Amino acid sequence: MDAIFGIPMPLLFGQLLLGLINGSFYAMLSLGLAIIFGLLNIINFSHGAQFMMGAFVAWMLLSLGSAEAARIGLTLMLLPLVLLLLDWLWQRLRLAQPVRLGAGVVVAAAWIASAVFMEQGGPVSQALGAMFPQGLSYWWALLIGPIVVGASGVLLERLMIAPLYKLDHLYGLLLTFGVGLIIEGIFRNEFGSSGLPYRIPAELSGAWDLGFMFMPVYRGWVVVAALILCLATWLVIEKTRLGAYLRAATERAELVQAFGVNVPLMITLTYGAGVALAAIGGVLAAPIYSVNPQMGVNLIIVVFAVVVIGGMGSILGSVLTGFGLGVVEGLTKVFWPEASATVIFVIMAIVLLTRPAGLFGRA
Amino acid sequence: MTTQTTTRRGALMAMAGAATAGAGLGGLPWRGARAQAANAIRIGVITDMSGLYRDTTGPGSVALTQQAVADFGQRGFQVEVLQADHQNRPDVGANIARQWFDQGVDAVVDLPTSSVALAVNQIAREKNKVHLNSGAATSDLTGPQCSPNTVHWTYDTYMLAKSTAAAIVRQGGDSWFFITADYAFGHALERDTSNFVRGAGGQVLGNTRYPFPATTDFSAFLLQARSSRAKVLGMANASTDTVNTIKGAREFGLHRSMKLAALLMGVMDIRSLGLEAGQGLLLSETFYWDLNDRTRALTARSRGRNGDRPPAMVPAGCYGATLHFLKAVAEMGPAAAKASGVEAVNRMKAMPCDDDAFGPGQIRADGRKIHPAYLFEVKAPSESRGPWDVYKLVAATPGEEAFRPLAEGGCALIRS
Repeated sequence: MDAIFGIPMPLLFGQLLLGLINGSFYAMLSLGLAIIFGLLNIINFSHGAQFMMGAFVAWMLLSLGSAEAARIGLTLMLLPLVLLLLDWLWQRLRLAQPVRLGAGVVVAAAWIASAVFMEQGGPVSQALGAMFPQGLSYWWALLIGPIVVGASGVLLERLMIAPLYKLDHLYGLLLTFGVGLIIEGIFRNEFGSSGLPYRIPAELSGAWDLGFMFMPVYRGWVVVAALILCLATWLVIEKTRLGAYLRAATERAELVQAFGVNVPLMITLTYGAGVALAAIGGVLAAPIYSVNPQMGVNLIIVVFAVVVIGGMGSILGSVLTGFGLGVVEGLTKVFWPEASATVIFVIMAIVLLTRPAGLFGRA
Repeated sequence: MTTQTTTRRGALMAMAGAATAGAGLGGLPWRGARAQAANAIRIGVITDMSGLYRDTTGPGSVALTQQAVADFGQRGFQVEVLQADHQNRPDVGANIARQWFDQGVDAVVDLPTSSVALAVNQIAREKNKVHLNSGAATSDLTGPQCSPNTVHWTYDTYMLAKSTAAAIVRQGGDSWFFITADYAFGHALERDTSNFVRGAGGQVLGNTRYPFPATTDFSAFLLQARSSRAKVLGMANASTDTVNTIKGAREFGLHRSMKLAALLMGVMDIRSLGLEAGQGLLLSETFYWDLNDRTRALTARSRGRNGDRPPAMVPAGCYGATLHFLKAVAEMGPAAAKASGVEAVNRMKAMPCDDDAFGPGQIRADGRKIHPAYLFEVKAPSESRGPWDVYKLVAATPGEEAFRPLAEGGCALIRS
């Protein structure tokens, strides 16, 4: 038999494979969301913006030598990381909290002013341009992207999200939603809406001919990278001492704190890690999708549906659902393409009606 | 909702304020400014400042409208330029237009996004004002929905389909598969292109319609296109979607067996795609900054108004339409132009057009501006001499052939 419902078998196999590839993006992004929701009880609506920031960091690193906007952009993106490092240093020097806060504000103001108002983006961006005239490759972006964007997440959690823990979940959702809109607006103003070019790295370009389809090497790499990330995250959370603390803090934070674990720090780092996962997704997406400020918007709506279907806060659930829904969506694109954006939400509605806690969630 | 930044309005307010402050009458600046504004011609740019089409329209359209006012110079009446963001929503665009017309705005300019353009088209007619459209693609603006108050300046779906499809079929691309955005614009573009392909002796082997705007990954559709064994992949979509489709097509090796036809694509999209991935693409525009001495002169004059970017096609259309409108106003007198939008548009149709962006041309009875259409090929990275040097001219279609014949549009203005 070489056709099912009039669709040739090779085409069907191809679509299954593509579904897995798209599913790996869903899995990676929903993993970050699930971790954040599991521990912080916050639905991180700025996840799409943070995914986009990851892709932009990749572009900025590659264009350090050629575009002034990239140098200035990266200088500004480095600010949260610099502030966190300075704060850590000041803490070691035993400076008082108000002093550290004041000094941080001064450093931030000077940093931003020099990048925005000085000729050619001030000393830092000039230094970046001089140090890396060829730019930094994709592989550096995979490392630096999550660190830079994760640091911005840590700062966001400390300054804005932490004060909201006492209040209803809804406030966290509204805050992160607003922050996401602001970030996207700033990027749109600075870099425009039509996107920036980013090439597939030479090591990963080309394609394998599988007989039934052309399999681009890069897409294969995305699946492998996503699987490694998901597995690593799962191992950390399920099999390590740190993971045990995390899971315990999810259940009873006060009790874990009573045992001498620094729960607020753990929460902050968890948020940072979730954001870093989004940024890695962004770097992975940069070579295949247009790098533009809206790139996270459409993806993130689907990813929220994935998290809801998988069960809020369930890590295994989000990963399996991510891959599964990628395949379902891929098949819909063959049989009824017009409905391919809707099918995930139909499934979400059915799951919510029959299993309100999601497929893998605990009621 | 509306952001109003004016070029001359601020200066007027300041002048009026200074004058009245000197006279010691604190309450008068507002009245003073208004009294002067009553003689002024007010042009409102309604465009996409915050969405998908911001780079191809948006600030560029505002900048080139202001350039037209500057180039027009002083001819005995003041000109104000206002701007607003319609967020690609017909209700928002219609509200802004209604409010502006009631506040004495005489003409609205740009109106990208076909759905918004069609909504504002009705309001301009109802209020007897002028609608100078540059950004919208739908050929219905000069067809079933044509209006005596509207000029459709820059391009439309018919012209895009004719210029690009005919050239590709001539090159031997006689079997097509379409990837189409599933909404009015995509359907119209696919329909018009299919007609030309069949008319030229080619055939359409299939199509797939993807949900808009909720689709980011096109690989599934590309795989279907590949298995159709068509020679040409027609992309009946725009902007980021086209860029993502082309990126995917190159990744999946489609460009080796199929020719890629981007049916609506511009300089900004090429820059986003990169010449590496875009080289060899055929596309159609009616304006390119590096086309001839006049377009280069306009580009040099407008430098700095929109950062380092040269004018794109739609902003250039705002320039041409605004300049021609102001010339008509100067000829008939601002009072008469303010009194009747239909009269102003009739005067525009009666006068021959000539500007640096599009050269000589005229406006047809159905509101269609007639000028040549150009078929471009995207340069290879080695051929490009600068960041905006992206096109090679392949062919030019004369204005009379580039657009839909007057009799075929179904415009009621023609039958009567």
